[in-house]
Amino acid sequence: MFRPRNKRQIPPLNPKHRLAVLLPACNDELHASAAELNSDQPPVRRIRSVHLLGLILVFGVSAFAAETQSGAGQPSIPKTILIWTPLLLKGFGFNILISFMSMAIGTVIGAGLGVLQISLLPPIRLSSRVLTQFFRNSPWLVLLFYCMFMLPFEITIGGLRIPFPDWIKAVIGLSLPVMANVSEIVRGAVNSIPSGQWEASESLAFTRRQQIWLIILPQCYKRMLPPWMNLYAILTMATVLASIVGVEEVMTLAGQVLAADGRPELLVPIYSFVLVWFFVYCYPIARWTIRLERKFAVKS
Amino acid sequence: MPEKPDKSETDPIVCLADVNQSFGDTQVIKGISFDVAKGEVICIIGPSGSGKSTLLRCINGLIEIDSGSIKVKDMEVHAPHLDKLELRKIVGMVFQQYNLFPHKTALQNIMMAPIHVLRQDAAEVKERAYQLMKKVRLGGKEDFYPGELSGGQQQRVAIARSLAMNPEVMLFDEVTAALDPETVKEVLVTIRDLAEEGMTCLLVTHEMGFARELADHMYFTDNGVIVEHGPPRKFFEAPEDPRTKEFLSQIL
Repeated sequence: MFRPRNKRQIPPLNPKHRLAVLLPACNDELHASAAELNSDQPPVRRIRSVHLLGLILVFGVSAFAAETQSGAGQPSIPKTILIWTPLLLKGFGFNILISFMSMAIGTVIGAGLGVLQISLLPPIRLSSRVLTQFFRNSPWLVLLFYCMFMLPFEITIGGLRIPFPDWIKAVIGLSLPVMANVSEIVRGAVNSIPSGQWEASESLAFTRRQQIWLIILPQCYKRMLPPWMNLYAILTMATVLASIVGVEEVMTLAGQVLAADGRPELLVPIYSFVLVWFFVYCYPIARWTIRLERKFAVKS
Repeated sequence: MPEKPDKSETDPIVCLADVNQSFGDTQVIKGISFDVAKGEVICIIGPSGSGKSTLLRCINGLIEIDSGSIKVKDMEVHAPHLDKLELRKIVGMVFQQYNLFPHKTALQNIMMAPIHVLRQDAAEVKERAYQLMKKVRLGGKEDFYPGELSGGQQQRVAIARSLAMNPEVMLFDEVTAALDPETVKEVLVTIRDLAEEGMTCLLVTHEMGFARELADHMYFTDNGVIVEHGPPRKFFEAPEDPRTKEFLSQIL
């Protein structure tokens, strides 16, 4: 409630502001600050103009190369891809759904596990640390396989039958490494808070629980955001692992499209096409993460 | 300055007897004993690494001691079932690095402990927090975040934050060591106000002029033991121990 007023008082003093009147003819420092200003803009624009171009080029070249190989009488490569696009997009949407759900589950449980890792009780601290390290250092695919084959296809609670489709199992399988990584992010953030904060709050008679919830964790959220977003981007890219265990996500569908069409020259264009989507989705997250990291680094 | 109570006539509020403390194999405090009477101001000086800050932290139970006894108002600080809340309501502490909570405004920093620890009424606490801000001469800065305040201002907020718990003893751990020379004075003035109101103060400091003016008793520690102590006039003008002499000659 008080914050906005103070925040608004600061901008006039911000040296980054370009006051045209004060700009010397050529000053490297100011040019640098101008570049920083640009980097404050949404990162999406930069992708479209520069980085995406390369990927689209790969896609275009491979499509063209495939075109030259395809026989007469068959529909052109771009047209074929266009026909399959709705189906592939549905699969991609499924990937996003899996990533959202795994991230949500992994974050909630992982945050809890992270807090347990800073417990003063050795048994709790040790067991949560072992759990974290176990899932953090296991290959994601192995965890996925475990969940696929260990979990039942349905569970019965009372008279209620809850089906456990493959994609739900995939969500659970992927949320395990997410959980472990979130747990480490929480622990790392808590450890990065200066010990003086613990001392000061302890000397003010806050209980351990109050220290964690009122003083330490509120300072951690900002620090945790960049690595958490980074983890999400990695998870999104890892959702294609679900194709190996038969979930109908974009890679599975791409494979089915290739099989249905029966044209080997489609292979590279289709996969490049999928690659472009993942890039378009994940790259802005990565850029945004870097921006947040810089911003917080300056502040602290 | 109001008349200070004579040490011998009043019961000590802080009482140390043969305190030993070590970190691993390094013994930091080697059998330190002294009493502090209510309303007394004592200054502890000594070279860095001599255990001064550790000593203060032992008094409010932030650091456990190996042996000996520390009593605050007849409460044994290192008893196994110590009521830490009770102890820390009596003993306030201010740190070298201020340690304000950066995510809260100055006013919120002051209000947090009374509201969450003492469960006092929020409106009353707020009222008192405003008064404390005025007392440390920071009226008008209530809504500033620590990052928007100077070091001296932050340190004064930290003092106000400690005072909000209504302590009877204040520990100051080199509170001006991290400050710019020009802001040291504003913090010292605040501490002097407190001392003049009769607050019992234990200061670890390098501000010799201040110690000389304000302290009732000086302690010089080196290597975990009290080498010399006495009233400031005698301590500064006629030190007896060669180590005290050497230290004072370097610092004055």
